[in-house]
Amino acid sequence: MSFAQLKEITDAAGQLQLPFWRVILEDDRKERNVSEEESFETMRQMYRAMREADRSYDPSLRSASGLAGGDGAKLEQFRRQNNRLIGDFLTEVMEKAVKMGESNACMKRIVAAPTAGSCGVIPAVLLTYEEQRKTTEDNMVEALYVAAGIGEVIAASASIAGAEGGCQAEIGSASAMAAGAVAYLEGGDNDAIVHAAALAMKNMLGLTCDPVAGLVEVPCIKRNVSGAVNAIISCQMAMAGIRSAIAPDEVIDSMRRIGRLLPSCLKETAQEGLAATPTAQQVVKRLREE
Amino acid sequence: MNIFDIVGPVMVGPSSSHTAGAVKIGYVARKLMALPVKRAEIRLYGSFLATGRGHGTRYAIVAGLLGMKPDDSRIPESFSLAAEAGMELVFGEADLKEAHPNSVELILTGEDGRQLESVGESLGGSLINIARIDGLSANFSGEYPTLIVHNLDQPGHVAEVTSMLAHKSVNIATMQLYRAGRGDHAVMVIECDQEVPQESIAWLEHLEGVEKVTYYSLEERRENK
Ligand code: SF4
Repeated sequence: MSFAQLKEITDAAGQLQLPFWRVILEDDRKERNVSEEESFETMRQMYRAMREADRSYDPSLRSASGLAGGDGAKLEQFRRQNNRLIGDFLTEVMEKAVKMGESNACMKRIVAAPTAGSCGVIPAVLLTYEEQRKTTEDNMVEALYVAAGIGEVIAASASIAGAEGGCQAEIGSASAMAAGAVAYLEGGDNDAIVHAAALAMKNMLGLTCDPVAGLVEVPCIKRNVSGAVNAIISCQMAMAGIRSAIAPDEVIDSMRRIGRLLPSCLKETAQEGLAATPTAQQVVKRLREE
Repeated sequence: MNIFDIVGPVMVGPSSSHTAGAVKIGYVARKLMALPVKRAEIRLYGSFLATGRGHGTRYAIVAGLLGMKPDDSRIPESFSLAAEAGMELVFGEADLKEAHPNSVELILTGEDGRQLESVGESLGGSLINIARIDGLSANFSGEYPTLIVHNLDQPGHVAEVTSMLAHKSVNIATMQLYRAGRGDHAVMVIECDQEVPQESIAWLEHLEGVEKVTYYSLEERRENK
C-alpha cells in the first residue's frame, strides 16, 4: 500500500486529474496486479456482502454469551413511532449499525470494515444513503474506495486494531472512513472528504477498548451506532464548509500517539474500564461456570 | 496488506483473531492432512481457552477442519456437520510453554490412520502462523503453497529438495531449517511461489532419510495421495 498520508492521495488526485476514489482504485490495480474491472468488481462484492448481511439480520438470534441480540428489532419498532426525536435518515443509520453489530456477535457473515468489531459503521451509513437518496450502486462502490483510502492511511500511519490503539483505532477509524465516503457521495471535494474524516476522528480520540469478558459485544455493538452517527454529523459540518483546525494527517498522527500512550489494560485485554465493573465480572464468572 | 484487508474480508463473526483466524488454522491443518479427518483432538491455550467460547472459537476450528473458509455461513453448525461426517471431536487444554496467547494444538488422525500434530497461532486481523508440525518448529502463514519435509539430520537433504524444486520451476519464497539436535530429526519448511507437483512430493517421500513429507496446497480440491 503506497499511501501513508491523506495529503499524498489528494496530491495524486490533483496531479492525475482523477477523483479521490479513482486514485485508490489505480493504486489497488498496481498493488495486486489486477485490471480496473477486477478491482471494481471485488469492491462491489464487498458492498453486496454488506447489503446481504443487513438484509439477513435475524432478531431472534442471541450471542453465545447471551449479552447481545434483539436490539435491532427494538429500534425497528421504534422507527414507526411518530414522536421520536431523530429524523428518518439517522434513525435508519442507528438501526442498521446495531443490526450489523449484533449479526457479527451472533456468528453471521459480515464484512470487516476495518475490523469485525466496527463492522456496522460503514454499511449503516452507506446502505442508508443508497436507500434514502436513491443513488446507483456504482456510486456506493466508489464511496467504498474513498473509505478504503482513508482506512489505508490510518492503518499505515496509526492503527486499525483495538489491541494496538484502543477503540479510537476501530470505531474511530470506521467513523472517519464513513464520514469521508459520505462527503464524497454528497458531492464534497477532496478537501471536504479529508476534513469530514478528520472531524469524525477528532470526536473519537481517546476512546478505549474495554470489552466485557473480552467479547466483541459490550460496548462494541452500540459504539457502532455512535461511530455511524458521528460520521454523518462530521460530514454535515464539512459540507457546511467547516474545516478541522488541525490538519487531517495531524489528527491521524494524534490518534497514533494517543494509542501508544493508552495503557494496555485499556487495549482489548478486558482488564479495565467497562470490563472491570462488577457487572462485567459477574458475566465473566457466569461464562466460566457454563 | 491491501485495501481489501481494510474494507474486508467477508467473514463470519465475531472476531477476526478468535473466529476467522481459528477457521484458518483448522483449514490449514485439514489441507496438511490431505485426507478427511477421522478424529480431532483440539487443545486450546491462552485467550483461545479463556474467551474462546464467546467467540465461537471451537466451532471455528472444527469448521476449518471440515474444509470451510472463514466466510462460510455454516461455521456455527460445524459440530453437527462434523458428527454427520463422522469426525470425532475431543476438546482439552494445551500444555504449551511460552506460546502465543491465541494458540491451539491440534492432534489429528486421518481416515487412513495417519497422525498429524500442529500448533497454530492467530496473530490478529485473521493472520495466522503454524508454529509447529509434528513436534518440530515450522512457522508458516498459510498464504503460500508450503512444503514441510521431516528428515534425518544428514548432509544432502536440503540440496535434494531444493534441486527438485528448481527442476520443477518452483520458486522458493522463504525457507527455514530446524532440528531437534545434531544428527537427530530435522525439518525444512519451504514456502513456494508455485504449487509443487504431486509426483515430486511422492518422489521426496521415497528418499532415504526422509521421514515424512507434508504439503499445504492453495488449490481448492487438491489432495495428496
Ligand atoms: S471496544 Fe474494542 S473490541 Fe469493541 S469495537 Fe472497540 S476496539 Fe473493537
